[in-house]
Amino acid sequence: MINLYEVSETNKMIEESNLDVRTITMGISLLDCCHEDVDKVCANIYEKICCKARDLVRTGEDIELEYGIPIVNKRISITPVGLIGGCCRSADDFIRIAKTLDRAAAAVGVNFLGGYSALVSKGMTDADRMLIESIPQALASTQLVCSSVNVGSTRTGIDMDAVRLLGETVKQTAYLTRDSDGIGCAKLVIFCNAPDDNPFMAGAFHGVTEGDTVINVGVSGPGVVKRALEEVRGESFDVLCETIKKTAFKITRVGQLVAREASERLKVPFGIIDLSLAPTPAIGDSVADILHEIGVEYAGAPGTTAALALLNDQVKKGGIMASSYVGGLSGAFIPVSEDQGMIDSVNAGALTLEKLEAMTCVCSVGLDMIAVPGDTKASTISGIIADEMAIGMVNQKTTAVRLIPVYGKSVGDTVEFGGLLGHAPIMDVNRFGCEDFIGRKGRIPAPIHSFKN
Amino acid sequence: MKKTIITVIGKDRVGIIAAVCTYLASHNINILDIDQSIIQGFFHMMMIVDADHADKEFSVLAAELAAVGDELGVQIKMQHEDIFDVMHRI
Repeated sequence: MINLYEVSETNKMIEESNLDVRTITMGISLLDCCHEDVDKVCANIYEKICCKARDLVRTGEDIELEYGIPIVNKRISITPVGLIGGCCRSADDFIRIAKTLDRAAAAVGVNFLGGYSALVSKGMTDADRMLIESIPQALASTQLVCSSVNVGSTRTGIDMDAVRLLGETVKQTAYLTRDSDGIGCAKLVIFCNAPDDNPFMAGAFHGVTEGDTVINVGVSGPGVVKRALEEVRGESFDVLCETIKKTAFKITRVGQLVAREASERLKVPFGIIDLSLAPTPAIGDSVADILHEIGVEYAGAPGTTAALALLNDQVKKGGIMASSYVGGLSGAFIPVSEDQGMIDSVNAGALTLEKLEAMTCVCSVGLDMIAVPGDTKASTISGIIADEMAIGMVNQKTTAVRLIPVYGKSVGDTVEFGGLLGHAPIMDVNRFGCEDFIGRKGRIPAPIHSFKN
Repeated sequence: MKKTIITVIGKDRVGIIAAVCTYLASHNINILDIDQSIIQGFFHMMMIVDADHADKEFSVLAAELAAVGDELGVQIKMQHEDIFDVMHRI
């Protein structure tokens, strides 16, 4: 039977180390909402989302209360809109769909809805292109809609035409939301090897391989790992790894419990648990602080990539045993603005964009929530996207880019996004050009799958 | 039967157990086990109870117990047992 010590350990994790379930995300297929008339599509989408997700928020709150574990976000992911937008004749038609999604998300009370997306790793349909062109306006004129574009994969290579277009899209999104420091860009992720079942925003969408509806759960708990590692300072790597694994197991089991309960109560099949260490701006809820606890002075110092590789691997090893269905992104997230330890590292001069890029080779997900000067060229942003996509393509992993060019600000300034999005120092970007590279048309071919070295 | 865990943490004083037990009895909640100790002057108690036949909803009971705790100057939480089970048992 459970004893006093175990009860107290669990409750301390929740109360003192910010243990929470980061998100319950309901995936909803909108493939059956297709119609040749945009008005009808909008009506179908609104009706389906409101019907399927009607009880999502209340169920999440009930579980939260009964188990005493905070469930921070209740969200929805949908079929990539590029796939259901065959009826759209212009970018404006897509924006009407975006506004419908925003209204539906508000009606059911979720705090984000992801899936204003296109999957274009090998090429763009007319609808995909129009959707991408509509992203800046869509994100500027909605509150809750998140957008993502998958521009590459290990099997198909990288669609450089999409990468070029997205450099401009990011800039345009930043411009249209310049009054709020480019916040629109915080809702736009560019992926390579995007998973179909990711519950985390802004990159969540409900892939075409999924069923009609599904419940995916994202767990978190950097604070809990940090606290556990404080107890083993100076110990060997095997003790360090064992401690991370045990902690990850406990965190994931809570996620599994919440997922099972939500799935039963909502009568929606359970999909996956995403085992991620997702930081928040709250003090102590930081992946950078874990790296510091492992032994580097600041995130970005020599040794950081190795420490992060170790952390990421142990989190997976511990979590895998706690749930039979693990998916999504599953790994340590290293966003800058959402992690106070990362912000401190940037301010101390320890962490650069290039070091972050190296770190993304060994963890999920990519260059995340990084504010850059507003005058950064579109081609430079495309170049950064292409580099990150290449890392994912060659290493058969998911990588992503979420950059925020902040108009009117430059290195040394800070931007405030508020809430879970946090605040960020503007980071320096390599000033040398790549126009001729980005200007080339076509695709980067898929890499060879043999002769690995 | 779905067991429920009630935890009480706070500064020790006369009548904590009495107040909690009185509340539980008055709402038809059966106590299955109690473990209690004083750690560094602080009162820690864990109760395993059966609230299946309680006369109120879980959310109401949890809120009212928290209010009983406020009057006593202690923190009272009520949670389903599963969260501890999944975390500490394979």
